[in-house]
Amino acid sequence: MGWKGRDVISIRDFSKEDIEFVLKVAERLEEGLNEKGSLDYARGKILATLFFEPSTRTRLSFESAMHRLGGSVIGFSSASSTSVKKGESLADTIKTVEQYSDVIVIRHPMEGAARLAAEVAEVPVINAGDGSNQHPTQTLLDLYTIKRAFGSIDGLTIGLLGDLKYGRTVHSLAEALAFYDVELYLISPELLRMPKHIVEELREKGLEVHETTDLEEVIPELDLLYVTRIQRERFPDEEEYLKVKGSYQVNLSILKNAKESLRVMHPLPRVDEIHPEVDKSKHALYFRQVFSGVPVRMALLGLTLGVL
Amino acid sequence: MPELKVEVIPEGTVIDHIPAGKWLKVIEILGLTRPNGGTLLIASNVPSKKLGRKDIVKIEGRYLSEEEVNKIALIAPLATVNIVKDYKIVEKFKVEIPDKIVGILRCPNPNCVSNHEHVTPKFRVESREPLKLRCHYCERTIEGDDILGNL
Ligand SMILES: [Zn+2]
Repeated sequence: MGWKGRDVISIRDFSKEDIEFVLKVAERLEEGLNEKGSLDYARGKILATLFFEPSTRTRLSFESAMHRLGGSVIGFSSASSTSVKKGESLADTIKTVEQYSDVIVIRHPMEGAARLAAEVAEVPVINAGDGSNQHPTQTLLDLYTIKRAFGSIDGLTIGLLGDLKYGRTVHSLAEALAFYDVELYLISPELLRMPKHIVEELREKGLEVHETTDLEEVIPELDLLYVTRIQRERFPDEEEYLKVKGSYQVNLSILKNAKESLRVMHPLPRVDEIHPEVDKSKHALYFRQVFSGVPVRMALLGLTLGVL
Repeated sequence: MPELKVEVIPEGTVIDHIPAGKWLKVIEILGLTRPNGGTLLIASNVPSKKLGRKDIVKIEGRYLSEEEVNKIALIAPLATVNIVKDYKIVEKFKVEIPDKIVGILRCPNPNCVSNHEHVTPKFRVESREPLKLRCHYCERTIEGDDILGNL
């Protein structure tokens, strides 16, 4: 499949070859950035960022990526500042905005909104999160971070920790990891276990998957620990939440039993899942993960624009 | 015997091998819950070799669109559709669940864009036995009663 004009809506639309290709292009761009500071592949091109709900980090990451590619950015960061407030349909908003831009990034509170936008728009559409459904660029930047840190994704033992039930990020990461030869430890409170159908799907695809509630017991096995936030509002009572919350703090003492080479990732923002003292340790990979968003999004923008 | 009953209408459609008790859903799907033209004959809980018990619906003077046939397949996957002309069955075929279900089923996810914007709901059939569909927009899967309840 050609990349020019292609939409990036769901990680489910990607083959392993697609993923590997994006990661390779991102790597090339990162090297280019290191050499030159910024690139000019997208000079004269305009990105429209349509954030129907606020997500400052994601928006800044896309904007930074477009600027580093030499292009420019227009957009809005909340629905209340647009004619959507007046009841305009999503399709009309998209058809209007595409007159001003060459590529559209959309974040929307409704599931499927990005797919609909892509059907309406002639220009490529990139999904920056649709409700609790997809956030494919997050998954790609996670994979990129892993690949850059370890050289290869194959052969790793990976722990996914925290809210595995509702966490959109860990669901699509797990689905993408199914393309690789990895062993997974799913670590969560009973209440927040990974949905059964995902676990079954992973096993069907040949992954060795272990489910546990005990981080301390499995941490020595891991090459990578991917931490997610446990949201208080998911719990029926506060006490239950507090119990669980305490047991999953990643700090220097729990990391004592880990491999020297263990790396810790987190999609951020964190609350207290990772103690700040971990930041300066060699285990911390989460700020590097944030940085990875730029080359990965540059790759996707450049490829779909057809300038790379 | 059901074969004899098929002869009863002069022109129209006979839907056979509907699971017992599902006839009402079939006529709902076809918009036949109020009298509109021809005779409607319903035989419910008829002995059947294939199903044990089955329903049969006969609609005089009306033929079905492909979309209607596909819709019936969702609740009666073994149904057969007979086209009757001049008291004879001139065509007979089995319903088939298509690969894509377009426009006949609402997505049960209240936060799905298809329930808020002007779009035709679409589903991909992920599995036929048991029936499992995936919404083209929100990507959620639906099964069983969620399908029947949203037809
Ligand atoms: Zn849906």
